[in-house]
Amino acid sequence: MSGHASKEMRANVGWDGKGSPFSIGYGKIMMWFFLVSDALTFGGFLVAFGLTRYSYGGAWPIGEETFDALPFLSGSFPLAYVALMTFILIISSVTIVLGVEAGHRMDRKGVTKWLFATIVGGLIFVGSQAWEWSHFIHGTKFGRVEISDGSTATVKGKFGEIQSFEIVRPGSHYEGVGEKITNANITAEDGDLMHAFQHAAAKRKLSGTAGAMMITLHDGTVAKVNKAADQDLQLLIKVPGRDHAVSSAADESTRIHEADGSVSLYYEALSKGNVVYGANLHENEYGPQTYGHFFFFVTGFHGFHVSIGIILMIIVFINVLKGTYEKRGHYEMVEKVGLYWHFVDLVWVFVFTFFYLI
Amino acid sequence: MEERDDIIEYSLYNHHDEAEGKKQRKKIWKVTLILSIVTAVEVLFGAMVKQGSDMWLTVKVLFILLTVVKAAYIVLVFMHLGDEKKIFKWIVLLPYLIFMVYLIFIGLTEGAALYPRM
Repeated sequence: MSGHASKEMRANVGWDGKGSPFSIGYGKIMMWFFLVSDALTFGGFLVAFGLTRYSYGGAWPIGEETFDALPFLSGSFPLAYVALMTFILIISSVTIVLGVEAGHRMDRKGVTKWLFATIVGGLIFVGSQAWEWSHFIHGTKFGRVEISDGSTATVKGKFGEIQSFEIVRPGSHYEGVGEKITNANITAEDGDLMHAFQHAAAKRKLSGTAGAMMITLHDGTVAKVNKAADQDLQLLIKVPGRDHAVSSAADESTRIHEADGSVSLYYEALSKGNVVYGANLHENEYGPQTYGHFFFFVTGFHGFHVSIGIILMIIVFINVLKGTYEKRGHYEMVEKVGLYWHFVDLVWVFVFTFFYLI
Repeated sequence: MEERDDIIEYSLYNHHDEAEGKKQRKKIWKVTLILSIVTAVEVLFGAMVKQGSDMWLTVKVLFILLTVVKAAYIVLVFMHLGDEKKIFKWIVLLPYLIFMVYLIFIGLTEGAALYPRM
């Protein structure tokens, strides 16, 4: 692999621009130097993230509490989805290194196969990230509330399904007192029942208590909310108020459970409009505003790198099919793209640890 | 392929035969297994040990160590930096490590000075 070149060089040509003291091709050296600079960028992000996180203490969201959802399934699966994403990326890192190995044997079929597998792996990863972003932006069904004593809490539990809105006072669109609005006949403006419910909560158009809530829809219709009871509703205090201290992940007793009145506290907050759903650049339901910024920026910048990697690999893949590298006599281009791809995997290993685990 | 005598094509020296390839593939799969197991262990600890518990500091240090192990395998084996010339290996690693150690030290020091913000 290495060390051969110096033997092959004549002493008088070694240092006049023809030879490399490292016995590596120019392109590969430059790729390494680029990766060092890119690693500094990501290193800077993660150190800034750590510093900010440390300065916030207990208000900072906990990975296993924030990322516990899986597509198509309800319930809590802490870190399962990010673990899956990590695994997908590691496997795609393996397929590309197998492609590089095939290239060293001038095995065009092998390179084609492994490069294709890596592109597929990359696309699955970017797709997973898209789902995760979408889930992060839309948020949970409960949201985050500020309860009556001024403390801020995230909410865990199983949200009771909203069955219908029963019209009490018709507005400009819905008519017929006692008729039910369901997802089948709701207006496009209201979206669906869940969306209308959250919108109303955030706009202070929800009133009443847990079992008997009234909602005012976009067109002014006032309706009764028919909703199944939530199960095991817990409030996790993130910012302390007058009566509640910050709850810790390790100590179950610091959470507000249903027996301690979590349900009434939660719905009181909803009826006052003291609720935040999902995430945007101004606020998010998981923790401080900065947390959202870091999430979008760090995972976004990484996702951007993955996307660039996929584009580069597709270009190289086309060249492999065309036989460009076969003609050139070596598959170094696969190696260079491979280096970049491993780097993307490497960054994710660190993001996984510092953003999700710790 | 036409040989050029005005440049040295280092990539040609990277070619190897099937026997060497077999050896390399074995190593790749071994490292894959190690990386998968380490990730599984991390997730297991992350799900089992709660933040703020007595064990948390230990687990946190373990996470960081395991991450460095994973990174070392990826860089040295998958990226073949371990197979490059020693001088090149250190030209890549040393400036980066020196700067990052400094940055982490500064970050932790300043983070401690900012705490608590709330």
